[in-house]
Amino acid sequence: MSGEEFVPLSLTPLLIGTFAAIACALPGNFLVLRKQALIGDAISHVVLPGIVVAFLLTGAISTWPMMLGAAGAAVVAVVMIEAIRRLGQIEPGAAMGVVFTTMFAGGVLLLEQTDTSTVHLDVEHALYGNLESLIWLDAVGWSSLLDITALAGLPPELSRIALALIGVTLFIWLFWRPLKISTFDEGFARTIGIRTGAVGMALVITAAIAAVAAFDAVGSIIVIAMFICPPAAARMMTNRLEAQIAWSVVFASLSAIAGYVLAGYGPLWLGGADAVSAAGMIATMSGLILACAALWGPCRTRAGAPSTA
Amino acid sequence: MLWDALTLQLGYNATLVAVGATLLGVSAGVTGTFLFLRKRALVSDAISHATLPGVCLAFMVLVAFGGDGRNLPGLLAGSAVSAWVGLLCMNWLTRNTRLAEDAAIGAILSVFFGLGIVLLTVIQTMGVGRQAGLEGFLLGSTAGMLWADALIIAAGGAATLLLVLIIRRPMTMVAFDPEYAAARGLPVHRIDLAMMGLVMAVTVVGLKIVGLILIVALLIIPPVTARFWTERSDRVVLLAGLAGGLAGYLGAALSASAPNLPTGPIIVLVSFGFFALSLLFAPVRGVLAAVLQHLKFQRRVHIRQGLLALAQGQKIYEPLTLRLLTRAGLVRADGVATEAGKARAAKALRDEKRWEVVRADQAHEATAALYDGLRDIETVLTHDQIIEIDRQIGGPQGVPT
Repeated sequence: MSGEEFVPLSLTPLLIGTFAAIACALPGNFLVLRKQALIGDAISHVVLPGIVVAFLLTGAISTWPMMLGAAGAAVVAVVMIEAIRRLGQIEPGAAMGVVFTTMFAGGVLLLEQTDTSTVHLDVEHALYGNLESLIWLDAVGWSSLLDITALAGLPPELSRIALALIGVTLFIWLFWRPLKISTFDEGFARTIGIRTGAVGMALVITAAIAAVAAFDAVGSIIVIAMFICPPAAARMMTNRLEAQIAWSVVFASLSAIAGYVLAGYGPLWLGGADAVSAAGMIATMSGLILACAALWGPCRTRAGAPSTA
Repeated sequence: MLWDALTLQLGYNATLVAVGATLLGVSAGVTGTFLFLRKRALVSDAISHATLPGVCLAFMVLVAFGGDGRNLPGLLAGSAVSAWVGLLCMNWLTRNTRLAEDAAIGAILSVFFGLGIVLLTVIQTMGVGRQAGLEGFLLGSTAGMLWADALIIAAGGAATLLLVLIIRRPMTMVAFDPEYAAARGLPVHRIDLAMMGLVMAVTVVGLKIVGLILIVALLIIPPVTARFWTERSDRVVLLAGLAGGLAGYLGAALSASAPNLPTGPIIVLVSFGFFALSLLFAPVRGVLAAVLQHLKFQRRVHIRQGLLALAQGQKIYEPLTLRLLTRAGLVRADGVATEAGKARAAKALRDEKRWEVVRADQAHEATAALYDGLRDIETVLTHDQIIEIDRQIGGPQGVPT
C-alpha cells in the first residue's frame, strides 16, 4: 500500500492503538502480579457515568471535562469499593462487583434520561470506541510527517495518549524499586520503610489515568484486554519482572497492530466489503496471544505445583 | 401511575416484564449466594461477557439457515454454549497455568467480549435486516418482550431454582470448606462447575431483561445485601432470593411507570438501594449498629475509669466522664461522689485488685486472658473463687479493727 493512502488513513489509528495498548499493559503487569487485575475492569465500567455527568454539567462534548469526569468517577469508585469493603466487611471482589455495576447502571440511566441524540455519546461508543475514525486528513504521504501545518491537523487523541504513555512510563521508571519490592513482598517493603499503601494507591491512579486516556480513543474493551492479556501472556514467558514487562510491551504492540490490520483488511482478503470493529479485533488478538503463551510458554506452570491435575 | 405499575395494571407487556424480572431476581439472588460465599463473585462477570459471541454466532447460523435471526431460544442456546466454553477456558487457565483467578476472569471477559463485538460488526455488514435486536442483549431490552420469551425466562428461572434446591448442601459445604468437602469424598471440582453452570443459566435467562453487562449486579448485590442480616447460610439464600425478587419487581414497575427508564439499570439501582439500606441499618453488621456498639463501649470505658478515679480520690476533669457519671447519679454536679457513686467506686477498685490477684496467679491463666479492664469479675469466676481471692487480699491492715 502506498504512503498516500497509509499515512492519512491507517498510521494514526495504528499509533493510537499501539500507544493505548502499551500504556495499559505497563501498569497491568503490576496489577496482575498483585492479583488486582480486575481493577481495570471496574475502572472501565465506571468511566461511563463520569463522562455522562461531565456532559450534563458542561452541555457539550469537550475533551478535558470528560477526562476529568472519568477520572473523578474512577476515584469515587475506588473510594466506594474501599469503604464498602471495610464498613461492610465484604470480600473485595464482591465489593467491586457491587460498585461498578451500580455506577454503570447509573451511567446508562443518566444517558437515557438526557437528550444526547444530537451528540455522539452512547453506550456502544463507550464500549468499543471509534479507533477507525481517528484519521489524519491533512496528510498526503510520508512527507507530511515533516510538514508543520499537516502535523497540526493530527487527531488530538494521539497527543493525549502519547502523553499518558510517557506519564505511565515515567511513573514506573521513577518508582521502580518501591513498586517491585512492594509487589513481591509487602511485609519486607514495609520494614525497609516503603509506604506500601501509598505505592498501591499511586499504581491504581496511574492505571486509572492510562485507562481514561485510552478509553477516550479506543473504548473500554481494549482497556480491559490490555490491562490483563499482554501481562498475563508475558507472565508465562519469563520469571523476571524486567523481561516480563518487555514481553508485555511486545505482546501489546503485536496485538494492536495485528488486530488493527486484520480488522481493516482481513474482511477484504476474505472477500467481504466492510471492516469489522478494530477494538474488538485487538482484544481478540491479545486473547490468541495469551492462549498461545498458556499452551506453550516456557514458564506457564506454577513453580513446584503438580503439572497436571 | 407507580401504583398501577406495582399492581400490574399497566398493560400486557409491563406485566410480563414485571413477572419475568421478579422470577429472574429470585433465581439470580439464590444462585449468586453460593458464588458469593465461595468468594468467586466476579466469575459471573466473565461468564456474562462470554455470552456475547455465542449470541452473535447463533444469529448468524439462524440467518444462514434462513430462519428468523431473533429467535430467542436459538440465541439463548448459542449464548449458553459460548458462556460454557468461556467458563471451561477460565477453569483451565486457573488450574493449569500460573495465572491467578482474577487475571483469568479478566482475560476471558475481555477477549470473549471483544470477539463478540467483532462478530456484531460482521453482522451489521452482512446486510440482513432486523439485526437491531442484538444490541439489546448488551443492556437488555424489554420493550418487545413476548409471551413466549416470558415463558422461557420463567421456565429457566424455575429450573435453576429447582437445581439449586437439589445440590444446595454440597454447594454450601464446598463454599465454606473445600478441603473438608474433598476429604468427605465430594467431587469439589465438579460441584464448582455445577455452581458455575447454574450461574451461566441465570445469566442466559437474564440476557433479555437486564442484559449481559448488568446481570452481574443481580448475581452479586442481593447476596451481599442478605449477608448483612444473618449468619446462617440457608437464611442468606432465602433473603438473597427475596431481595433479588423485590428488586426485580420494583425495578420493573418503576421503569414501566415513566418513559426513559430502562428496565435493567433501574433494577440494578433498586437492588443497590436495598444494599445501601442494609449496609447502614442492618443489626450487628450494619454501620449504624457498629457506631452504636462503639459508643456503648466508649461509655463503659469512661464510667469505669471515672469510678476508679473516684475511688482513689482523684479529681475528674474529663467532661464526657463527668457528664456520664452525673447522668447515672454517681457524682453530684460539683464533682463529688454520691453515696451510690462511692459504693460503685469502692466495688470497682476492689474488682481491679481481684483481677490483679487473678492475673498474678498461674492457676488462673485462662481466666486472666479474659481481662480487658471492663469485664465484671463475677462473669468469669464462681462465688467461691471470688471469696478465695478476697481472702488472699485480706482486710485493712495496720489499723485497729
